[in-house]
Amino acid sequence: MRRDRIAAIVGIAESDIGVTPDKTVLQLQAQAAVRALTDAGLHTRDVQALFCAGAWTTWTNLMLAEYLGIQPIYTDSTNIGGSSFEAHVGHAVAGIQAGLFEVALIVYGSTQRSQRLRGKVPGEVSLTEQYEAPFGLPVPVGAYAMAAMRHMYEYGTRPEQLAEVAVAARQWAMQNPRAFARDPLSVEDVLASRMICEPLHLYDCCLVTDGGGAIVVTSERVARQCRHKPIWVLGHAETHTHHTLLSMPDVTSTGAAVTGPRAMAMAGIRHDDVDVAEIYDSFTITVIVTLEALGFCQQGEGGAFVSGGRIAPGGSFPMNTNGGGLSYCHPGMYGIFLLIEAALQLRGDAGMRQVPNAQIALVHGTGVQLSSSATVVLGRD
Amino acid sequence: MTMQAKPVPVLDTDSRPFWEGCRQGVLRIQRCKTCARYVFYPRSICPHCMSDDLVFVEAKGLGTVYTYTVVHRGFGPFQDEVPFTIALVDLDEGVRMMTRIVDAGEGIGIGDRVEVVFSERDDGLVLPYFRPILKAKR
Ligand SMILES: [Zn+2]
Repeated sequence: MRRDRIAAIVGIAESDIGVTPDKTVLQLQAQAAVRALTDAGLHTRDVQALFCAGAWTTWTNLMLAEYLGIQPIYTDSTNIGGSSFEAHVGHAVAGIQAGLFEVALIVYGSTQRSQRLRGKVPGEVSLTEQYEAPFGLPVPVGAYAMAAMRHMYEYGTRPEQLAEVAVAARQWAMQNPRAFARDPLSVEDVLASRMICEPLHLYDCCLVTDGGGAIVVTSERVARQCRHKPIWVLGHAETHTHHTLLSMPDVTSTGAAVTGPRAMAMAGIRHDDVDVAEIYDSFTITVIVTLEALGFCQQGEGGAFVSGGRIAPGGSFPMNTNGGGLSYCHPGMYGIFLLIEAALQLRGDAGMRQVPNAQIALVHGTGVQLSSSATVVLGRD
Repeated sequence: MTMQAKPVPVLDTDSRPFWEGCRQGVLRIQRCKTCARYVFYPRSICPHCMSDDLVFVEAKGLGTVYTYTVVHRGFGPFQDEVPFTIALVDLDEGVRMMTRIVDAGEGIGIGDRVEVVFSERDDGLVLPYFRPILKAKR
């Protein structure tokens, strides 16, 4: 593991999550931001850099900063989908390393469930999106279904193996009182659930909830003065391979194949150094292709890798320990929750679901139609 | 309650020759005159070599199913059409398109050979769908 210390996550918090019909998207973000700053022992007036991504307005950073009473000297609204917040961590570290600021606030919020924003079909499609939407593919689920279908064809992956991912997530969620979906779930239940887009059933798909989260990233100097022990950012990397699915070179291989090795090399770690993994699980197939691309198993072996309880509580590869997007919550862009859970595990504050003596966490976000990838490696002293 | 409209392409100077081709029963893709590679979707520079010397050519209209899904839960204006099949098809020229598979009485599979068939949507938009012509050996 690398020895130098540049930046750390010092504050983490979530807003109310699940169903929040009386909250606006700004209220959720303000709630998460204040909680995260308070968690760190900092204040809105300490925030120098603001990072935000969301689909609720074109002007995310302008509106949110104004609402919170922040005038940032560095602002970044990079939006590459659900992996945006992993990218934001990387950008924050780079800015801190360059000496541009010392305190960064990363925020997300969504009221997609209460506002019924999912499943909307646009009346007009312009530019490069006009070659897909007219055919009627439901996105994103249809895109992930086509990746799963190809993965099954090339590697013999079975629906039962996809279901294992959902079952493990549910078993973690059953140990998390805040999780949205906590009823027992079996492989048979997943396979018997309603088919959405072949081969993906209802329980192969993430939840649709409201919710928000925030993270405070600071320089080493500030981190040493904060309330919690620093969770160091040891490595980070990002990429995107395409936007529309027809331009994805190989639907079974994601940009994680680039970001995983880069982030792990920066952190100076190997695969078996990872104590806990938080892997974006928009759909069950997302986990399988990501674990392969990150190199935790060979290409095509992801189905076998996730089987037999390996990624479930008590398994040898603790993953998505809050229940994930499949069972914890999924307010549209889930990446911020991956980081929060990883930091919580490294602090040792994860309660019933705590991974014993977790020292290194790997977080991987995936956005849009397997389009964007960002990896963050976190560690504690 | 009025039926929600289906997505309609906004024609621009990249896309117009493609969509006008569909209306005429011609599947148009581009070829780069600098590197000789085919390009889809249409654009003003070649993503392989940065050349701006791209010309529209008529594709043979033959391809192979790269992957597909059968949609059982459609959204909005497509929800009453389920089940229907969406596929990514690799044209023989080497480019990939999204499409809908039709006339697949015995189902469709990856590797099946398909040919283009132009189909008018209920709102008048002509789309390049594909239908099976030869099952893959499985
Ligand atoms: Zn070229």
